[in-house]
Amino acid sequence: MAEPMKIRATMQGDVADVKVLMNHPMETGLRKDAKTGQLVPAHHINTVTAKVNGAVVLEGSMAGGVSKNPFLGFKVKGAKAGDTIELSWEDNKGDKRTDTAKIG
Amino acid sequence: MKQQIVKLLAGMASLGIALGAASVQASPEQDRQDLIQYYTAKYPNIKIEDYVYGTLAFDTDSKARAQYDTIMQTPPYQAVLEKGKKMWDTPLRNGKTYADCLPNGGRNIAGNYPYFDEKAGRVVTLADAINACRVAAGEAAYKLGDAATMGTLTAYMRTLSDGMLMNIKVEGPKALAAYEDGKKTFFSRAGQLNFSCATCHVQNAGLRLGSELISPAVGQAVHWPVFHGGDSLMQLQTRYANCFKDMRHVSAPVGSAKLNNLEYFHSYLSNGLPTKASVFRK
Amino acid sequence: MNALRRNVLKGATGAGAVAVAVAAGLITPARVLAATPRAAFDAKGVPDTLKALGIASPADSKDITIKAPDIAENGAVVPVEVTSGIAGTSAIAILAEKNASPLVAGFDFQGGAQGFISTRIKMANTSMVRAVVTAGGKTYTAAKEVKVTIGGCGG
Repeated sequence: MAEPMKIRATMQGDVADVKVLMNHPMETGLRKDAKTGQLVPAHHINTVTAKVNGAVVLEGSMAGGVSKNPFLGFKVKGAKAGDTIELSWEDNKGDKRTDTAKIG
Repeated sequence: MKQQIVKLLAGMASLGIALGAASVQASPEQDRQDLIQYYTAKYPNIKIEDYVYGTLAFDTDSKARAQYDTIMQTPPYQAVLEKGKKMWDTPLRNGKTYADCLPNGGRNIAGNYPYFDEKAGRVVTLADAINACRVAAGEAAYKLGDAATMGTLTAYMRTLSDGMLMNIKVEGPKALAAYEDGKKTFFSRAGQLNFSCATCHVQNAGLRLGSELISPAVGQAVHWPVFHGGDSLMQLQTRYANCFKDMRHVSAPVGSAKLNNLEYFHSYLSNGLPTKASVFRK
Repeated sequence: MNALRRNVLKGATGAGAVAVAVAAGLITPARVLAATPRAAFDAKGVPDTLKALGIASPADSKDITIKAPDIAENGAVVPVEVTSGIAGTSAIAILAEKNASPLVAGFDFQGGAQGFISTRIKMANTSMVRAVVTAGGKTYTAAKEVKVTIGGCGG
């Protein structure tokens, strides 16, 4: 079970500033294990979706080129304090994770 | 030993004279001041306060500091600190927490370690103090240098002292002897490359060893553990051991008197600088 | 990945064609957003990656700001922030040009999401970090060099 995301969303004027930290190894599939010398199989987030009050605002696609424990920052105009922000990701092994936070 | 220091500081005539002329051992405070003078003479534009950033201190145009600053805003290793907090908050077998066991509830104390314990007649590191709490509570001591246990716990615990100024005390002949032993380790050349700690971190600080910029010895002890490459935790004495290995020495074990004394001396050099645990390093 | 969708995206680079597909009920509006074809992540070299993204020749734009360190002490976590000042920005893709597979990530914006994305990427070598912005069916690009220093025994 993947660990929860950290979501921090604050209003800056009329724009919600959202920062998300996901817990994921983001293995490219090209890295060799230092001990065994074997390639570590690819294991990375494929898609990320962000919703504000249920409406999709951001959809991201990624692969192993994004750093381990991926960080995402984005800005949503028109969102208000108290709105619910929902983040979900799905990785190449079918693991999923969804977390929510209130815009502060 | 003294000769080595003098040689090391060659070009700094006044310092050489000061060290050479002293018939007794220089005091720890004199050592610290001498080193600071040495660095400031060499790098007049770099503030000693910035030495806590290690090699980034030499990044005067802030080109590489940008990466550090951005990462530190939302460190990718937050989950490790949370794990450490859980360990910190979980009562030990006798029902007491680390906060109950350590001075001042474990807050704003990291800069006092290591200290010299007169009764025990040896240097006590913060890891030793934590293990003493564990043992007193009927738990097994953590393996020193282990990232998953002692490292993770202290990665959180030390942040409770962030901003505290390093405050190492060397009082009494036994403490001084431990300090001097650490100093000797720091300045003694050994190993296949015949390097001492000082060869790099005093004489060549700010220059490159291969592709690596070398950090100054002052300011090195205040920011542990560090997270390399985003999430790989390393504690100070493990770093010593790796440094010895990289220079083709055989390192004394983590937690040995030799490395404890080295940490004692090394930490003293950072006196007056603010501690900041769990920082990002390359 | 839905094969139909990939074909639609491959064939239909113009927004118009996608709209037609939506109207025809071929794809649901929510899925239009994920406009980064999976295959683009496996493409080698910038030209092939752009081709896989369905982008012909993006125009250089001064309205795209890339914030990234001039020097990255650690290539494993290079902070990159892309701000597009181009009106109607609907997507931003980030490429590290000298990575084995240059495409790092693609983001599609909808609703109130601004043309802005901040993330951290892996870089194998010193190279250009390129942002490709889609706005109003057109594509624009800008790049910034990030020097990556090797090694990693810093304290």
